[in-house]
Amino acid sequence: MRVIREFKIKAKDFIHAGEGSMEIRKALKSLNLNAELVRRISICAYEAEMNVVIHGGDGTMSMALDDTGVVIEVTDNGSGIDDIDLALKEGYTTAGVEAQQMGFGAGMGLPNMVRNSDFFKIESEKDYGTYLIMCFKFNK
Amino acid sequence: MKLSEVREILNAEVISGDDCLDIEITGGAASDLMSVLLGKKPTEGALLLTGLTSIQAINTSVIAGMAAVVFVRGKKPDNAIVSHAKTHKIPILSTSYNMFLSCGKLYSNGLKSITWLP
Amino acid sequence: MKVRDIQSAFNLEVAAGGGGLDREVVDGYCGDLLSDVMANAGRGSVWLTMQSHQNILAVAALKELAAIVLVNGNRPADDTRARADQEGIPILLSQGSSYQLAGMFFNAGIKKKEG
Repeated sequence: MRVIREFKIKAKDFIHAGEGSMEIRKALKSLNLNAELVRRISICAYEAEMNVVIHGGDGTMSMALDDTGVVIEVTDNGSGIDDIDLALKEGYTTAGVEAQQMGFGAGMGLPNMVRNSDFFKIESEKDYGTYLIMCFKFNK
Repeated sequence: MKLSEVREILNAEVISGDDCLDIEITGGAASDLMSVLLGKKPTEGALLLTGLTSIQAINTSVIAGMAAVVFVRGKKPDNAIVSHAKTHKIPILSTSYNMFLSCGKLYSNGLKSITWLP
Repeated sequence: MKVRDIQSAFNLEVAAGGGGLDREVVDGYCGDLLSDVMANAGRGSVWLTMQSHQNILAVAALKELAAIVLVNGNRPADDTRARADQEGIPILLSQGSSYQLAGMFFNAGIKKKEG
């Protein structure tokens, strides 16, 4: 696996939020990957990036690939997720009013990531941060 | 209906994409919230009506695969948003009508709701 | 037109606030950003939204909205329901989208009379 893109994500920076994912999307399109796959990966990257901006401390997102597929990893040093099972439920959110005014906080982020990835794993520790990894296979 | 018809019905201003007015719009969706648009795939020619004038409306629309965006309630996007939309080739319009009226007028003129694929 | 007319014409489930079904409807409003609804929704409007948390009742009460319709199959939380009952503001449910419902309501004549 070769990391081909890496981005820093700044907490609460709603102006630059999404730039990393849009770059990832551009890179994927230039690799001539199947449009549906590009769509799914972009959704996951974007939702993950927005989550860091809304909830996390600062973070990083990276994309790696080899001939079997693509891997997106996101880490942040935010306050962590209290209850991961709850966080994965559609509609559940801990996002504040600010996020809602930005059009987020509907509680769909993590569920959208799970739904659109072939493999999804999240780990979080209170006051330490959160790590997630999503894998997407070519030629499923 | 063509995007040009949408423009007429909503008495809208074309903020960017005046070379795209011929594109076929097949359905409409109204939302101020973005990640609800990423759960399923819209069919080709989907029009998003939103009051969220932010760069995230463009990002979401591009990632979701929307054909065009209409900002309602008289919202005009700033230059950064316009330029972002141009870079990603997504046409944007602005109407002074509110969301309810915009949806109502388009629907009355035959534009159905977007079909979402699972 | 009363809320109950809309409820029966479109076969919408009454999730809460049934005591308010006789409220008058004069317009419709679509929106999910509470600050926008607070600023712009008109009195007597039926409000189409995806937001299902308790705060929607505070907004509906302050703005004297006729009723709230939750779209996309969203359902109100228990505390939202309780608040709706308390305020006497109906919460109706629909599987349809905001776009769809706005279209149908508009076609059915729910629109502000031009002054």
